[in-house]
This record gives sequence, structure tokens and C-alpha cells, in this order.
Amino acid sequence: MEITLQVNGKPRTVDVDPRMSLLDLLRERLGLIGAKKGCDHGQCGACTVLIDGRRALSCLALGVAVDGSEVTTVEGLANGDELHPLQAAFIEHDAFQCGYCTPGQLCSAAGMLGEPGPSAVTEDILVDPDLTPEEIRERMSGNLCRCGAYVNIVSAISEVAR
Amino acid sequence: MKPFDYTRADSAAQAVREYAPGTMYLGGGTNLVDLMRLGVAEPERLVDVSRLPLDTIESVRDRVRVGAAVRNTDLAVDPMIRARYPMLARAVLTGASGQVRNVATVAGNLLQRTRCAYFQDVTRPCNKRRPGSGCPAIAGDHTNLAILGSSEACVATHPSDMAVALAALEAEVHVTGPGGDRIIPMPGLHRLPGEEPERDTVLEPGDLITAVELPPPPAGATVYRKVRERASFAFALVSIAAVLDVGDDGVVAGCRIALGGVAHAPWRAERAEQALIGGPATGEAFLRAAEAELEQARPLPRNAYKVPLTRNLIVSTLEGLAS
Ligand SMILES: Cc1cc2nc3c(=O)[nH]c(=O)nc-3n(C[C@H](O)[C@H](O)[C@H](O)COP(=O)(O)OP(=O)(O)OC[C@H]3O[C@@H](n4cnc5c(N)ncnc54)[C@H](O)[C@@H]3O)c2cc1C
Ligand code: SF4
Ligand code: FES
Ligand code: FES
Repeated sequence: MEITLQVNGKPRTVDVDPRMSLLDLLRERLGLIGAKKGCDHGQCGACTVLIDGRRALSCLALGVAVDGSEVTTVEGLANGDELHPLQAAFIEHDAFQCGYCTPGQLCSAAGMLGEPGPSAVTEDILVDPDLTPEEIRERMSGNLCRCGAYVNIVSAISEVAR
Repeated sequence: MKPFDYTRADSAAQAVREYAPGTMYLGGGTNLVDLMRLGVAEPERLVDVSRLPLDTIESVRDRVRVGAAVRNTDLAVDPMIRARYPMLARAVLTGASGQVRNVATVAGNLLQRTRCAYFQDVTRPCNKRRPGSGCPAIAGDHTNLAILGSSEACVATHPSDMAVALAALEAEVHVTGPGGDRIIPMPGLHRLPGEEPERDTVLEPGDLITAVELPPPPAGATVYRKVRERASFAFALVSIAAVLDVGDDGVVAGCRIALGGVAHAPWRAERAEQALIGGPATGEAFLRAAEAELEQARPLPRNAYKVPLTRNLIVSTLEGLAS
């Protein structure tokens, strides 16, 4: 099937088998290898991208099902040579070791910062809370890091959330 | 993955017309795509219902109608849901991760399949996946599986958090299908395994969920609590959605208890509810009610821990609501 996506601002038309995930489409057909395949089952967050501005797992999305959507990958976060504030904060706070989970962490954090409303740890469900470290940990819990860089990831995101 | 055809439906009626044996509806795909990759689900055709115009939350007189294609995130952050049904918002927020909730639909959440490891492993027998092949979980790893309402054929649990809150709220599931339209009151959507564990729900082939309708919120205090192995991004070992209405005289006027993680369906603890209504709202009464409910528990060696866990969760939750 032929589908068209806006990927990092550019229209891309590809002929895909309905079985192909968005993750494989990005990596194998478009050469965008930022999004990583950690588990291919929704359990690690390494494949996180933004679909129509919302963070989502590209391993669980069929390419055909996102036909017509706007997709932003880690390659599309920076503005030319100028790093996205989250990218700069990750460097400054040493928020990665091997870096494998980092593209997913960055896209997830970028999406998360635009998500209002309570989380599972918010005391008063009627309130849109400040992004305390506790809130950030809960909201980022879908992104695992084998290297355990969590503490620095939270401080990097906190800096941008302020 | 086996090859399949893909089509997008524009209306509920069209989706149902497109249905034929071998067809499955596709919501957000966060469960179905995974099961297809595992070889557990092998549809010949997917009809994508995730973009149907069933994506609004509307108040209709004193009720609230939630479209089947509303994303889990949008349900949980909706101001009306947070104000009137905080237990539902909480239950949804404790499920999965932000990325999954952004995509997962209300209907897909209700119809997600068990996380039993044998069900997900096509190299193993499993009565739910291949009827008549056996249930290796009973002699094997059933640590996370059912203690109530299970059968010789299957001890799986239903993994949804949202469904547990909907069972306590007595929501109605609106369905359309080849056989016409109907309304299924929760907790009646999901069934116990009996001798047909391949059937998770009372839905018939081709049935499409169009909406979930919430009746006016029950009187009293409500809460959703979830016990799990890590603080976030894990399925429930046991969860509870509870409503407790205590009169000025200290007598329980109303009580609803729905349990997750303990059965093939969200489990309404009717014995406990009946034991409490009309009696005192004391810790002792809560304990007796929990014990009355759990007398029917049939735990297996590795999930016997769920019996005291569930008892303690019921007691401490009701104590919290009473104070
Ligand atoms: C890592 C991970 C952790 C998770 N943790 C939790 C958790 O803690 N708690 C929890 O509750 N859930 C959890 N989930 C499950 C998640 O909530 C479900 O995957 C999601 O809700 C399914 O919704 P969907 O729209 O993506 O459904 P899909 O995957 O698209 O579909 C699921 C089923 O519903 C059917 N279907 C979809 N829409 C309709 C319709 N309108 N009418 C009839 N049939 C329909 C499909 O045919 C399919 O059989 C987790 C998932 C993952 C991947
Ligand atoms: S418990 Fe049910 S789902 Fe699990 S192996 Fe047994 S039959 Fe299959
Ligand atoms: S690769 Fe998608 S969540 Fe792990
Ligand atoms: S930095 Fe290595 S997995 Fe996170």
C-alpha cells in the first residue's frame, strides 16, 4: 500500500506491506535510525516518536495505520544546528551512558512536556500539577534505561520543565 | 506475521459491513499488533476503527457518553471525567505508559487480552489460544493469575485497570454488530472462563463497541488502588475500585467493590458488598466482609499470596474511604 507521512517536516511517500511497523518503516525504508528497537513489544520506550505531536511507540504502530500523520523522530528535534533544549540538557546533565535509550527518552520527554493534566501520582486529580521530579519519574516510566541513568535523566528534564 | 489486508472504516455502520470471518477491528493497535507479531492473533483483514467519529466525551442529561475511539489519555485528563468520575481517571492513569495511553482506545482497552505468558507463547499449549490443548499455567507459572472464578480450563486474569473502575461505576457498553445494537451493563461484558476460555467476553463475531456510557456517579467516597511489583508501568497483581457511602449514623448506606487481577473478568465482590450494606463502617466489619468474599477463592500454590493481599487491600481501602 502506498502511504504518505510528513516525517520531520518533509512529505515522504512509501509503498509498504501492511505488516510493517512504523519503527521498521523509519529505520529500514527512510534510513532514520534514531528510534531504536529495544523490545518490539511496547515495553521499553526506545522506539518512542511523536505522531501528530503526541508521543507514541513506533513498534506498536502499523505504518498503514498512521498514513497521513506527521511524525517527528529524534532526528527532527533539533532546529538545524541548534539542539533542542532537551538535547542540550541531556548533554549538560550527563543523562546517558550507552545512549541506546536516549532517542526514545528525548522524544518521550518532548511529548510529555506538552501533556497537561494529572498523572497517577498527582495528589489532587482536579489539578494540573507542576512537574516535580516525582511527576517526571511517573510520566517517564514507559522509558527504561538499562544503564540506569535515571537520576540524570530526571534532572535534565527538570531543567527544561522549569 | 501472517499477511493481511488493511482498510480504514469511516463509520461504525461501514465497519460492521466490512466484517467477515477472519476480520478483526483495529483500535490503537497497542495490544493487537503485539499479538499479531507474536503469532497469537492471525487476522486475514484489519478494519481500522481508530479514526471513527466516536472520539468525543459528551454529557447526555445526567450521564456521560464516552466514544469507543477516545484515547485513554484524553479520557483521563477530561475535566468532566476528573470531576465526576475521579476513580475512572485514576484507573486509566495507573495503566501502561504515557506513550501507550496516548494511542490506546477505550474499546481496545476493554478488549485487551490476558497477559498470561503461555497465552502469548505459541510454542506452548493454551486453551484460550487453542481450545482443547490444555492449560500449562495450572501446573506451571500462575503467579499472576486468577484466584476467583477460574476453571479447570483456564486461570487467566483480565489485565485492564479501566475495566475495573467501569465495573464499579456500572457503566454500559454500547455495541453494534451484524445482529443489531445492544447495551451490555458492566461488569457483564467480560465472562468467566468456564469451558470456553477462548471467549473473553459476551460479544459475538463482528460486534463493534461504539461507546461506554457512565450513569450518574454513585453517592459516597470513591477510590482506585493498584498493587504491583514496581511503582509504575506494570500490570496489577491486585487492584480495587471501591465506593463507600456511610450515613451520619455510621451505617453503610452503599458499597461497591470491584477487584482487578484476581479473575478472568473484573470481579464485583458482591458478598462483601451485601455483608456491609446496613451494618457499621468499622475495620472489623470490613475484615469480615473481605473474608466472606474470599471464602470462594480457589488459589493455586504460587498465587495463594493474592488471598491475604486482596483481603488486606479491601480492608485498608474501605478504612481509607470511611475516614
Ligand atoms: C507494555 C504495556 C504495558 C501495559 N500496561 C497496562 C496496565 O498496566 N493496565 C492496563 O489496563 N493496560 C495495560 N496495557 C494494555 C493497554 O491498555 C492496551 O494495549 C490498550 O488499552 C489496548 O487498546 P488499543 O486501542 O490499542 O487496542 P487494540 O490493540 O487496537 O485492540 C485490542 C482488541 O480490541 C479489539 N477492538 C478494538 N476496538 C474495538 C471496537 N471498537 N469494537 C470491538 N473490538 C475492538 C481489537 O480487535 C483487539 O482484539 C499495557 C500495554 C503495554 C504494551
Ligand atoms: S491460564 Fe488460560 S490463558 Fe493461561 S495458559 Fe491456561 S488456558 Fe491459556
Ligand atoms: S521497541 Fe517499542 S517499546 Fe521497546
Ligand atoms: S543510556 Fe544506556 S540504556 Fe539508557
